[in-house]
Amino acid sequence: MRVEQIAVFLENKSGRLAEITATLADNGVNIRALSVADTADFGILRLIVDDVAKAKKVLKANGFTVGITNVIAVEVADRSGGLAKVLKTIEKAGLNVEYMYAFVNRSGENAVLIFRFDETDRAIAALQQDGFTILSGAQICAL
Amino acid sequence: MTTLYWEEEIETLPRVGLESIQLTRLKHLVARVYATVAPYRVKMDAAGIKPADIQSLADLQKLPFTVKDDLRDNYPFGLFTVPMDQVVRVHASSGTTGKPTVVGYTKKDIETWAGVMARALTCAGATRRDMIHNAYGYGLFTGGLGAHYGVERLGATVIPVSGGNTKRQITIMQDFGSTVLLATPSYALNLADAMQELGVDPKSLSLRVGIFGAEPWSENMRDEVERKLNIKAVDIYGLSEVMGPGVAMQCLETGRGMHIFEDHFLPEIIDPDTGEVLPPGEQGELVFTTLTKEAFPLIRYRTKDISQLNYERCACGRTMVRMEKITGRTDDMLIIRGVNVFPSQVEHVLMGVEGVEPHYQIVVNREGNMDTMAVNVEVSEVLFSDEVKNLEKLTRKIQADIKDLLGVTCKVQLVEPRTIQRSEGKAQRVIDNRKI
Repeated sequence: MRVEQIAVFLENKSGRLAEITATLADNGVNIRALSVADTADFGILRLIVDDVAKAKKVLKANGFTVGITNVIAVEVADRSGGLAKVLKTIEKAGLNVEYMYAFVNRSGENAVLIFRFDETDRAIAALQQDGFTILSGAQICAL
Repeated sequence: MTTLYWEEEIETLPRVGLESIQLTRLKHLVARVYATVAPYRVKMDAAGIKPADIQSLADLQKLPFTVKDDLRDNYPFGLFTVPMDQVVRVHASSGTTGKPTVVGYTKKDIETWAGVMARALTCAGATRRDMIHNAYGYGLFTGGLGAHYGVERLGATVIPVSGGNTKRQITIMQDFGSTVLLATPSYALNLADAMQELGVDPKSLSLRVGIFGAEPWSENMRDEVERKLNIKAVDIYGLSEVMGPGVAMQCLETGRGMHIFEDHFLPEIIDPDTGEVLPPGEQGELVFTTLTKEAFPLIRYRTKDISQLNYERCACGRTMVRMEKITGRTDDMLIIRGVNVFPSQVEHVLMGVEGVEPHYQIVVNREGNMDTMAVNVEVSEVLFSDEVKNLEKLTRKIQADIKDLLGVTCKVQLVEPRTIQRSEGKAQRVIDNRKI
């Protein structure tokens, strides 16, 4: 029930993001979701892609520092209060969100929330207990 | 202007007399060191030299050099020649890796040091009537305490203000009537700028002369300090291994060079590559033999400082040789805000931080009057994290470890792999953008 996410270290200089996306495009890797965390000194690009192994390989070959981490993808109805309900479960379980981002799937009916927890297993258990739909990597790619 | 001397007889002794004193002391030193310090004895035996072979000052060249690594190998007290119960003080400076270089002093060494420092102060025109503002750091660094004891020996009043707290320093200068300033030249410029901000006119102060050392500075910087603080700025030289401040001092009479107090510190200039002694006037690495130190004498210590010696008679009447301002180093040591920094120390810290492979670069700048040091570290896969807080924790840890080991605040910047320039496959470890 975990989704593999690619994280890439970015120096704060122009053109780096474009290089990454071009590298992935050249190699036929499709980006499903992304977020960028930035500080004054550096940035971290996080990506959900359709081919994690290939993405890692081609980015590394192009000199990027790449890491793979497990995140959780929760599918909710794209309606007001969708995120709030999930966060309530998380709060109740005393879990700490390291970061999150979201995207809306192609049909536009559902939104997918990507969460990074310190305690991934406990988070999965808590979310499942409250009846949330957790997507696998393959399911995300099929969306 | 009449020249002031602290010890006129020795300071103006004809060179023949001076050299005779040097030879007597040298013979005594070599015999004592050979008898009491195993590492020296081993080196001399290996070179086939016995104390009896030293019959002239030229024979000094037969003796092996002492280098900073010898100090490290015998850390902390292995090169001391007296039992610790005779050592009344230790100081330490940066070693090339984690361990500092430790030096020790007997009671007599402290007196000798105070004496040469009093000579140095007198060279700059200071007398017992002066109010001497000592802004060198107090502590393991030799600057603060070395200068302090010299001022007391001179009989002037010492203000042991140490470094930092610039506003308070200016208030003290105003209220106490400081006449002589001891500081690093960059700190002097810092004081000048702070005065301007506070609306304090340097002409309203009693400051007359500044004695500056512990870091490289240019003639342009001298002009700037003199203009901004309305003082005369003179150069002092010293290094902890040899003694501390007061090894050599510029006099007020000449614009050039610092008199080495040769009755205590015997200088040579060598070719840093061959180790050969160079004739007077040629530029090379400065080497010192301490003639009178008891606890921690050094024979032919390679300073790695580049200078040259000028034996011409000085207008001030002193017969002691003058060394030129240090123009560079034979190694990669940097001096950041008066603190010695070796790139190898930074490497040592990075090695100690789990996962950091030492692909790094030190970038030194002078912003305003202060030196800044940035350390760029390439982010390897092992230490990379998808969480900002982890990367920030890492930079803070490296910064704190560098501060702990070197005593210098730096900014650590994480950079992408292979972005640090490599020339012929070897990384360029240091970029020094200061124009000194």
